[in-house]
Amino acid sequence: MHSFGYRANAVVTFAVTILAVMCAMASLSDNFNSPSPTADVKVLNVNWFQKQPNGNDEVSLTLNITADLSSLFTWNTKQVFVFVAAEYETPQNALNQVSLWDGIIQSKEHAVFWIHTTNKYRFTDQGNNLRGKDYNLTLHWHIMPKTGKMFADKIVMTGYSLPEEYR
Amino acid sequence: MGWVANIFDSLRSLKIQQALTQSVSLGVIITWALMIWKCLIGLTGSESPVVVVLSGSMEPAFHRGDILFLNMGKDPIRAGEIIVFNFDKKKIPVVHRVIQLHEQRDTGDIYIITKGDNNDIDDRGLYAEDGHLWLQQHHIMGRAVGFLPYAGWITIILTEMPVVKYLLIGVLCLMVITSENRSLNISTK
Repeated sequence: MHSFGYRANAVVTFAVTILAVMCAMASLSDNFNSPSPTADVKVLNVNWFQKQPNGNDEVSLTLNITADLSSLFTWNTKQVFVFVAAEYETPQNALNQVSLWDGIIQSKEHAVFWIHTTNKYRFTDQGNNLRGKDYNLTLHWHIMPKTGKMFADKIVMTGYSLPEEYR
Repeated sequence: MGWVANIFDSLRSLKIQQALTQSVSLGVIITWALMIWKCLIGLTGSESPVVVVLSGSMEPAFHRGDILFLNMGKDPIRAGEIIVFNFDKKKIPVVHRVIQLHEQRDTGDIYIITKGDNNDIDDRGLYAEDGHLWLQQHHIMGRAVGFLPYAGWITIILTEMPVVKYLLIGVLCLMVITSENRSLNISTK
């Protein structure tokens, strides 16, 4: 009953159980946080607008992104992944989501930010539907916990549109 | 190290009936593990509900040795989600984030581009290696919903250092065979 193996087994089992319970509690505590993030994205300029050799439309935008995501952070937050996506419908596709910019925020201090940037990823359509297209810009965030369940949500901003002509 | 001597003593005094009992209880443990794994596959709809991160392409979110819990679910895949995919079942699956998505109106088919958070470029080059232009639904094994740090290191050590694996299996078997009706202790680990 009191062999080395038996005791080691009991200690390891107990330690792992306690660790698992603590991880679960840390993850569950995230549910008590009710965040109220704010965001605003302005399209300052349409830099150029072209048809790619394969026929797909491509646009280059200059964006101004302002956001306050500090309320997303809890003690169990490892990082917040934030990205701005253009979202629109086309005759062929019920939904198109194209990520234009993203960033990784690793602390609450950096969660209030203002950035002036051109699109980091290519804004290309699957087809040539971007001329005069109305689209939404959506700021998405994915909260990565230190341990446990991941959370995600978004703010949708409507009323953006692209020019009619290539240039 | 008296316990080692004890083990060999009890090995010598092993009786057939006892050996049978022990091998049955070993079988029960293995069956339990298999049952839990298959139940998880059914519940999550993902063919491998738990995966271990092997590369640093998603740092700083996921490091090598972290465990991800996958779930397929009924909801359609959307941009920003972290998905696990592979084109060839024989290859190691990739864990990356969706950065572009097109969903067809008629068929509901999705066309996806992914990228690792820590990579400079998207995965189009990766798709081209297997002759694809887009990632599609049938390439996806699941989406990451939960995260447990470090816990996957044990499997990385076991797969990359087979000696440790055989040593561990050997010791465990020896313990099961020699212990007297204490086999249940092992299952609680």
